[in-house]
Amino acid sequence: MHAIEVEDLRKTYPGGVEALRGVSFAVRSGEVFALLGPNGAGKSTTVRILTTLSDPTAGRARVAGFDVVREPLEVRRRIGYVAQSSGCDVSATGRENLTLQGRLFRIPAPRLRTRVEELLHLFQLEAAADRATQTWSGGMKRRLDVAMGLIHGPEVLFLDEPTTGLDPESRTVMWKEVRRLAEGGLTLLLTTHYLEEADQLAQRLAIVVGGRIVAEGTPGELKGRLRGEVANPSLDDVYLAATGHAYREEV
Amino acid sequence: MEFLKDTWHLFVRLLRATLRMPVFLIISIVQPVLWVVLFGQLFRSVTTIPGFESGSYVQFLAPGISIMTALFSASYSGMGLLGDIDRGVLDRMLATPVSRGALIAARILHSAVLVIVQAGIILIVACLLGARPHGGIPGVLVLFLAAFLIGAAFAAFSNALALLARRQELVIAVMNFTVLPMTFLSSMIMSRNLMPQWIRGVSRFNPVNWAVTAARDGFEGRAGSEMALCLALLAGFALVCAFLATRSFGRYRRSM
Repeated sequence: MHAIEVEDLRKTYPGGVEALRGVSFAVRSGEVFALLGPNGAGKSTTVRILTTLSDPTAGRARVAGFDVVREPLEVRRRIGYVAQSSGCDVSATGRENLTLQGRLFRIPAPRLRTRVEELLHLFQLEAAADRATQTWSGGMKRRLDVAMGLIHGPEVLFLDEPTTGLDPESRTVMWKEVRRLAEGGLTLLLTTHYLEEADQLAQRLAIVVGGRIVAEGTPGELKGRLRGEVANPSLDDVYLAATGHAYREEV
Repeated sequence: MEFLKDTWHLFVRLLRATLRMPVFLIISIVQPVLWVVLFGQLFRSVTTIPGFESGSYVQFLAPGISIMTALFSASYSGMGLLGDIDRGVLDRMLATPVSRGALIAARILHSAVLVIVQAGIILIVACLLGARPHGGIPGVLVLFLAAFLIGAAFAAFSNALALLARRQELVIAVMNFTVLPMTFLSSMIMSRNLMPQWIRGVSRFNPVNWAVTAARDGFEGRAGSEMALCLALLAGFALVCAFLATRSFGRYRRSM
C-alpha cells in the first residue's frame, strides 16, 4: 500500500519558471523517504503540491489514498506539514500554538487537552510551554513545529528541511525524534540538502535536480551503482555523480 | 457551523496577540482621543460659519472621528496577515482543514471589534468635552454598527491587498492613497451644506460618507430613511470587500 504516489508531476510558475519537469515516485506506508537536492531543485515545490498548498500544472498525486487536486480536504485531514520556515505564532505560547492547531483539525476539547500535554512531554517542551515562543530557541521552535504537525495523529508527515539552520546539537535531537516517529509506523517524507541527513534517516531517497529525479533507491543501492567507478563510494559520490551528470545534460 | 467555530478560534488568537502588546493598546486608545481634542480645538470656530449644521464642533466631530479611526486602524489589518505569510503561519494553517473563509473573517472581526472599542472611547471623551448623544443608546448602537461595517470593509480590502501584493510597502501606499481622499470627500470634518457642490456630489457614492452620515444621524437622533439607506449600502459594500478578500485567497494559492 502506497501512502504517496506521484506521477509525472509538473509545475510551471506564472512567469514561465519550470520548477518541476515530470517527477514520479512512490512512498510505501510506514516508510521514511527523502528528497535530496540543492536549493531550487524543486523539493519544496513537490511538498507544497503534496500538501495541497499549490496546484500542479500537470500530472497526478495521491496522498493517503486521496487525490491532492480533487480531494484536498481529505488529504489535509490525514497529513501533517512542517514547513521550511517555522510556522509557529511567536506571540502565542507553546501550549496555545498546539491547542489552536488542534482546533483547526476539529479535535474535541477534552481529547485535545490530553493530546497537547502528551506532545509537550514527548518533545520536552513542558518547562517552556506557557512562555511566548518568541523567547524560545530555534531548536525548541522546530520541535514545536513538528509537534504541531502531529497534533491530529496524521498518516503522513511532511518535513521540509527540518534541520536547516539548527545547531549540531539540535540537529541530533531532531534526528532522534524523526527516528522515533518512523519506528511508530508513520510515513515520512522529508526534504534536505544534507547528504548525511538522508543517509542517516531515509530508507529510500530520490535525488532531485532541476525539477527532475536523477537517481532513486535505498542509500545502499545508490552507492552500489557506483562500485567499480569509485572505491568505497559514499552518498557524497552518488550525489556528485547524479547532480554533475544532470548539470552536464542541461548545458 | 465549522466556519463560525474556526473564525472564533482564530479571532481569539488575534485578540490575545493584541492584548499582549500594551504599547500598541495604549496608542490605539490615546490616538483617537488626541484626534477629538486636536480637531475639536483647531476647527472650533467653523461652527460660527453661517449654515454650519451644529452649534458645537465636538458634537459634530464625535461620530466623524469614530469613523476616521475605524478607517485608519482597519486599513492596517492586512499587515498582520503579511506577518503570518512571512512567518509561514498562513501556510501551516492552509495545510489544515480550516475553513479558508474563516482565516479572513477572523481578521475582519478582530479589526471591527477594535474599531468599536475605539469608537466607545471617542464618545466618552467627546461627552466629557460637552457632546451629547441625542439618539440615546439606539443611536450610539447605530454609530457602532456604522464603524463596525466600514472597519470590516476596509479590513477586508486591506487583507485582499496583502494577499495579492504580498508587500508591506504596497499595502501601506494603497491604503493611504484611498483612506485620506475618501475621508476628505465626506462630511467627516465639514458640514455637508458647506461642502463645494462637486464634493457633495462625489460624497454620495463614497462608502466613508455613508458611514459618517449613518453614524451622525444615529448620534444626533435623526433616525430616518437616509440613515437606513446608508447602513444598507455599507453592509453591501462590506460584503463585496469580504468576497474580494476570500477570492484573493484563490489568487494567492495559484501564485504559489
